[in-house]
Amino acid sequence: MHFAVSDFLSDIVQNSIEAGSSSVMVEYLEGDGRLEVYISDNGKGMDAATVERVKDPFYTGGHKHEGRKVGLGIPFLIQAAEAAGGEFDIKSEPGYGTSVYFSFDLTHIDCPPRGNLPSAFLSMMLFPGDYELGIRRKKDASEYSVQRSELVETLGNLEDVDSVLLARQYLTSLEEE
Amino acid sequence: MGKMTLEELRKLREEKKKVVEKRDVSDKDVVIIVGMGTCGIAAGAKQTLDAFLDELDKRDIHNVVVKQTGCMGFCANEPTVEVKKPGMPDIVYGRVDDKIARKIVDRHIIQSRLVNEHVFDKPSTDIVG
Repeated sequence: MHFAVSDFLSDIVQNSIEAGSSSVMVEYLEGDGRLEVYISDNGKGMDAATVERVKDPFYTGGHKHEGRKVGLGIPFLIQAAEAAGGEFDIKSEPGYGTSVYFSFDLTHIDCPPRGNLPSAFLSMMLFPGDYELGIRRKKDASEYSVQRSELVETLGNLEDVDSVLLARQYLTSLEEE
Repeated sequence: MGKMTLEELRKLREEKKKVVEKRDVSDKDVVIIVGMGTCGIAAGAKQTLDAFLDELDKRDIHNVVVKQTGCMGFCANEPTVEVKKPGMPDIVYGRVDDKIARKIVDRHIIQSRLVNEHVFDKPSTDIVG
C-alpha cells in the first residue's frame, strides 16, 4: 500500500503514460484543508465495463505480467481516499482518454502524508518516450505550472544525470514561497 | 532561495555544461534504470532514485543516464534497479533502499565490483509460471 498521496499520484500518471498518452495534464490543488487532484490524459481510454473493473483489485489491464491477476494502483487510492473523507472518480472514453479525480480531507486523522511533491513531479517527468506532461499546482493563494516540454527545451534532455539534478532543483524551488 | 525561473535554469545548465566540458568526461556510458511500478513506488523507489541522484552529484559523476521504467516483474524485491556499465554484466539489483543505492554508486559504478548480496536474477513465480 502506498504511503503518501504523491505516490498515488505518480502511480495514476504512470497508468496514463502506459495507456499511450501523448499528453497528460495534472492539477494539484490545495486549500481550505482540502486537496483535489485532477489527472487527464489522451491515452487509449476504456469502455464503461473496463472502467468499473479497474476498481477491482483482482483486475489488471496491464500486459506486463501475463498470468498475474491483480492491479492495485486504483483500488489502493480509492481505499485511502474514502478512509480520509475524500472522493474518487474516473471517466473514460475509448480512443479519447481518461480522467481521474481524487480528493482528500487534509484535516482527517486518516489522511496520508502528502509525501515529497517535487520528487513525485520529477519521477512523473522521467518516463521514457516523448510525451507532454503539464502540472498546475495551487496552494492557497500561490500557484505555479510547469510543462515537461519546457524542461526538455531548457535542459536538452531529461536523462543524463546533470539534467535530472537540475530538473529536481528547479521543481524543488517552485515549491518554495 | 525562492522560485527559480526557466531563464535561471537555462543559465545553470550552461554553467554546468562548461564545467563538464572542461573535465573532458567520456560519453554517457553507464545506465541506471529504476523500476517505478506500483510495487516499486510502494517499496520506496522514489527515495531510491533520489539517493542515486544525490550520490552521483556528491561524487561528481556525470557519465550516467538515469531512466525509469514500470514494474520489472520482481515485485517482491522492490525497489529494483538495473545497472548497465561497459565491461560489466547488466545487473538487476533487488531491495535497493537509500543505503544500497549509495553503495551501488560506490562499488559498481566507481569500483566496477558487484554488490553481491543484492544481485537479483529470478522473477516472481506468478510471472514465469
